[in-house]
Amino acid sequence: MDRIPILRMGEFLLVTIQVDMHDQLALTLQDDLAENINQHGSKGVLIDISALDIVDSFIGRMIGTISGLSKVMDAETVLVGMQPAVAITLVELGLTLPGVSTALNVERGMRLLRERVHAQ
Amino acid sequence: MNTVMDGSQPISIEQDVVLARQTVRRLAIECGLRLVDQTKLITAASELARNTVIYGGGGHMDWEFVEEGTRRGLRLVFRDEGPGIADMKLAMTDGWTSGGGLGLGLTGAKRLVDEFSLESTPGVGTRVTICKWN
Repeated sequence: MDRIPILRMGEFLLVTIQVDMHDQLALTLQDDLAENINQHGSKGVLIDISALDIVDSFIGRMIGTISGLSKVMDAETVLVGMQPAVAITLVELGLTLPGVSTALNVERGMRLLRERVHAQ
Repeated sequence: MNTVMDGSQPISIEQDVVLARQTVRRLAIECGLRLVDQTKLITAASELARNTVIYGGGGHMDWEFVEEGTRRGLRLVFRDEGPGIADMKLAMTDGWTSGGGLGLGLTGAKRLVDEFSLESTPGVGTRVTICKWN
C-alpha cells in the first residue's frame, strides 16, 4: 500500500507531501502520524506542502485533524510552503484552517517549532 | 491540426478523483487559464468529483472547451445517476453535509468558478455544470 514517508529528526517529525494524494492516502498519513507521535514521543510535526498544487476540503480537513490530534498528544504542528495560488483558493473555498500554525518555508517552520516546544 | 474539443471520463472510485484532477489540470493549462484560475478550477473539480463518488455512487465527468468572442473557457459537467438531492437549498448551505464532510464541496466549488449550475432529481441523479473563463 502507498504511504507518505514520515522522517524523524530528533524530537520532530517531518512530512513532505510530494504526490497528488487520494483520500485514503491522506487518512493513512493521519493515522501514521498519530502512531509516530505516540511511539517516539515527538514534540513537533512539520508538514511541507510546497509540492502540492491544490488543497481541497478533504486535504484541508486532514491538515486540521493532524494539527488537532497532535495537540492532544502534546505535540505542535506547523504547516509550511503553501503556494500563493493554493492559499487564495483555500480561502475562497471557505477553509481558513483555524488553529493551524503556518510558516512560509521549512526553515522558518523549524524555527517556529523549536520556539514553541522550548518555550513550554 | 485537429484539436479535441470535448471528452468524458468515468468517476467511479476514489482514485478516479485524482485522475479527474489531472485531466482538469492539463485542460486548464491548454485553455490558457492563469495559475490562480487553474488552481481554483482543479480544486472545484476535486470537490465535485468526490461528491460524484461519495454521494452519487459514481458517474462521469464531461469536459468541453467553449468560446465566446475572444474568450476561451473550460466547461465541466459532473453527472451521476445516484439518489439525487432532496433539498437543493439546504445542499447549497455552507457547512451543511449529509455525509461526513465539511459541507464546503458544493458551495465552495460555486465560489471558485465563473458559472455554476446544479440540477438534481431525487431518484434520478445529479448534474453539476461549472465553467471557468480565461
